[in-house]
Amino acid sequence: MRFVSEYRRPDLARNVLREIEALVEPGCPVRIMEVCGGHTHTIYRHGLQQLVPPEVEFLHGPGCPVCVIPMGRVDDAIWLAEQPDVVLTTFGDMLRVPGKRGSLLEAKARGADVRMVYSPLDALELARREPDRTVVFFAIGFETTAPATAVTLLHARDEGIENLCVFCNHVTIGPPLRAILDTPGTLVEAFVAPGHVSTVIGTRPFDFIARRYGKPVVVTAFEPVDILHATAMILRQLRDGRCEVENQYTRVVRRDGNLRALDALAETMELRETFEWRGLGWIGESALRIRPELAAWDAEARFDLPARHEDDFKACRCGEVLVGAIKPVDCKVFGTACTPERPLGACMVSSEGACAAAYQYARPVSLTTA
Amino acid sequence: MCLGIPAQLVEIVDPAAKIAKADVAGVRRDVSIALCPEASPGDWVLIHVGFALARIDEEQARETLALLEQIGPQYEQELAELRAGTP
Repeated sequence: MRFVSEYRRPDLARNVLREIEALVEPGCPVRIMEVCGGHTHTIYRHGLQQLVPPEVEFLHGPGCPVCVIPMGRVDDAIWLAEQPDVVLTTFGDMLRVPGKRGSLLEAKARGADVRMVYSPLDALELARREPDRTVVFFAIGFETTAPATAVTLLHARDEGIENLCVFCNHVTIGPPLRAILDTPGTLVEAFVAPGHVSTVIGTRPFDFIARRYGKPVVVTAFEPVDILHATAMILRQLRDGRCEVENQYTRVVRRDGNLRALDALAETMELRETFEWRGLGWIGESALRIRPELAAWDAEARFDLPARHEDDFKACRCGEVLVGAIKPVDCKVFGTACTPERPLGACMVSSEGACAAAYQYARPVSLTTA
Repeated sequence: MCLGIPAQLVEIVDPAAKIAKADVAGVRRDVSIALCPEASPGDWVLIHVGFALARIDEEQARETLALLEQIGPQYEQELAELRAGTP
């Protein structure tokens, strides 16, 4: 595929690996955190950790928006799906995620009307076609996805479609990064920043990491050569004693982002005072809710949700995995009590979570069973 | 989740609703260009959950590839020069 396969070329990967080898100082570890599930997936799938010199270590941050939704919110979505005349729609990734009361897929098996959609516009189309039902869109995702929900809300308002509403769980990327940087003893020395979030917000929102915390940031695309390229750019910054926000994904990301998308977001949503992240706890101003002017399309305003708080499982160490303090294999329940089929913690619930990627691609295989 | 897929716009289907037909890896699908209204048929865009999020800049893409093609050889040339310069 164009703009994809070029960035998987083995000759280019070899070029960049040679550059990385020349830039690494032997014996000096460099810990780089990526904060996008897409990056985590690419690193595991293409075995990038094994290709780079041992001094370079990739840490996997809270970049999976499916993983970080707290169990109480999943339970609320299940409750919504069980209300009379409600059709609950959401992305496929969200269907298998367990709350305390099981997953949406299990609710569907019990008879709730739960449907997978590819786009929030599909939920809007469903509302047009089934005017007697209330179509609830369970919205998740970072700033990449939130503008799609925003445009859908504006369409619903402008067309007067009143049987659609949104259960808004959109989160923002900046505050969790700040939380990680403020964690005492954090090991992160540089960030591979998420390319697709940056198509919307631009590269400016990462400036505080370079200015205030003195750490290099490289906004990065998603193919293996891209991530190796960003690694080389980070190593060059460290060698030269620079800390800047650089853009590796110049083919798509502009410094100011997508102004039209930001306008649609500002018109429809506002920051919540605080939001709970599965595995990380409460983080101030880290999520979006629907503006009061659009309350008619806000599931939280239209329904009296149970909104019960549910604690994460005690044995699970996702919080430490998400800030890069431990590796997935360091957790006692990884691969035993916690598996992709029966996840206990945030990082195992979606294929983009650090533990699920480690389980799928990097599990040590026993010689006796292989 | 934040997956974006490169696609080429084929035609504008509904200018008022800002819907275009896009070729996504050989599959034709309607996408919204509400967030990227300057995109026109023939342009490459990045598709995320049914929306074109950004235009792909073909020149920038070529420049990155050219840079990546040069990185290794440059390094080797530098090494060669270093060796040649060592008494």
